[in-house]
Amino acid sequence: MSTSTTKSAIPESNYKAGADGLLLEVEDLFVEFHTPEGVARAINGVSFDLRQGETLAILGESGSGKSVTAQAIMGILDMPPAVIPSGAIRYCGQDLLTMNQEQRRKSRGPEISMIFQDALSSLNPTFPVGWQIGEMFRQHRGMNRSDAYAQAVRLMERVAIPGAKDRVKNYPHQFSGGMRQRIMIAMAIALDPAVLIADEPTTALDVTVQAQIMALLAELQEERQMGLILITHDLGVVADVADRAAVMYAGRIVARAGIEDLYAHPAHPYTRGLLESIPRLDQKGQTLAAIGGLPPNLTRIPSGCTFHPRCRMAQDICRTEEPALRTVGNQQSACHFAEEVLNG
Amino acid sequence: MSDTVASTVQPAAVEEVGEARSLGQDAWRSLRSNAMFWSAVLLIGLFVLMSIWPSLFTKTDPSFGNISNVRATPSAEHWFGTDTQGYDIYARTIYGARASILVGVLASLTTLLLGGVIGVVSGFYGRWLDALLSRITDIFYAIPLILGGILFMASFPNGPNSNYFIVVGKVVLVLTVFGWPTIARLMRSSVLQVKPNEYVLAARALGASPWRIIRSHILPNALAPAIVVATINLGVFIVVEATLSFLGIGLTPPAISWGVAISDALSSIRTYPHVLFFPSLFLSLAVLAFILLGDAVRDAFDPKSR
Repeated sequence: MSTSTTKSAIPESNYKAGADGLLLEVEDLFVEFHTPEGVARAINGVSFDLRQGETLAILGESGSGKSVTAQAIMGILDMPPAVIPSGAIRYCGQDLLTMNQEQRRKSRGPEISMIFQDALSSLNPTFPVGWQIGEMFRQHRGMNRSDAYAQAVRLMERVAIPGAKDRVKNYPHQFSGGMRQRIMIAMAIALDPAVLIADEPTTALDVTVQAQIMALLAELQEERQMGLILITHDLGVVADVADRAAVMYAGRIVARAGIEDLYAHPAHPYTRGLLESIPRLDQKGQTLAAIGGLPPNLTRIPSGCTFHPRCRMAQDICRTEEPALRTVGNQQSACHFAEEVLNG
Repeated sequence: MSDTVASTVQPAAVEEVGEARSLGQDAWRSLRSNAMFWSAVLLIGLFVLMSIWPSLFTKTDPSFGNISNVRATPSAEHWFGTDTQGYDIYARTIYGARASILVGVLASLTTLLLGGVIGVVSGFYGRWLDALLSRITDIFYAIPLILGGILFMASFPNGPNSNYFIVVGKVVLVLTVFGWPTIARLMRSSVLQVKPNEYVLAARALGASPWRIIRSHILPNALAPAIVVATINLGVFIVVEATLSFLGIGLTPPAISWGVAISDALSSIRTYPHVLFFPSLFLSLAVLAFILLGDAVRDAFDPKSR
């Protein structure tokens, strides 16, 4: 996973990717939240896998279960209220859900790492940024303070923070949003993880900065051959970066495709709706096409196809029968009329 | 990890870098120019000096009573006069500072420690542990400090020749037992405020242990209110110590304290008010100093007041 050696001794990893570069397998994962209002079924049978050097985009609206999936993989869901009734999350063949807590905690950082949406609040305001990046080395590799600072400077240079040496002792509030997200990325990649999960990494940033951050992520992923999971609701952001995409709706994956197919020939009405709702310059003055209605309340998921109340193509069968994820052309779609969508 | 691949992403320009300041440094900057803070520090410094080296302030022995010269009014020889036993009031007031400061400081530290630990544990771990600890906190919170103090000290009275530090330790113990709930509740609520922050989640996602999360992320962000209240409590504890001593169950003679002096002076309050006046004045000044300090520290830690 690493292209060259670091100055410090890296402990030998207990995890080895599969022969085909398989890193992460999520299999039929269910997550529920037990709330006073009832059981919210946030994730309902999600499966996907991730290989070395591959970027998987998980797309969907707010509340579709994207972030919960990420947090379930990281093991940072608060349990309770969250419950994982069934499913498996395998990292290099080992099931993270049955692993002991301490072993799993130690895998966070050096093996699987995560970047959060709001760079403004994901750094601790009371410590200098260099101290926080260095904490990764002190905690996981027992490095001393000055070596850890040196590593922090190196990482800050790597994520292109200008004047890293002078700014290593600055506090988070002295950096702009984009710079803070770079620092968060530096922390996340500090220990050379094999898998990086980026949960809406650019949502809180300006459009121009978004492009820079995406470019940085893509570059780091290429350089280190990480498996990258990119979670976003913004289809525009991932087009250039991702290899494959999975579209989530109401805690299910409703479509899966290579990124080009997904954009060019969507095979699910929801994907098509998402694509149509991207504002376009050549349609100035027209009403923005939005998907009508709201995502379902997860305590009362609709029968049949969960998308039917908002779907323009819905028929009787959609209200009663839940469509399975099936192969249509060279992609997958969970729609009774996938062929029609694909060809229409 | 390679640095050889040149970064293709270069931000347009280097931003201007301000002076690096932490919350603590910010607080210090605001305190530095606060006159209230400096007068409190000056007074507290004086009282602390008094309690460590009382002989710096007076050469008179506070335990030497001249029965032939009782209740003398202030004079060149006895600056504050003498009390009902013929003791020099100035010397006794100076020596009395030790008990008050010792009790106040120790009780503040122990309540901060005990209340802090309980508050952090119940706020951070939550669930049944929180329910249990919060109910225990409520039970102790319901007992008024003075009432608890009276009950405890009356049940375990001091012997006539008790060691000074045991006597002080008992008062500190009772103040700790009945004083920690304020800090615990405050600490719990500020931990609950800090915990949902994304940097705590991020720390978990990057493999920080619970202990490290508490130490590096929760405590530094949640401690300020508790420190402020502990400082203000210091004044309150001094008052409670004086009250207990006044009632004859806190510090007892031969220990010298302002509360004991006020209690002794009460019998002659109408005829010789100066016997009461000086220890009361010092007590009020000490309490005032700590409350001023607490106020100044609170303002300094509160970004909204800037």
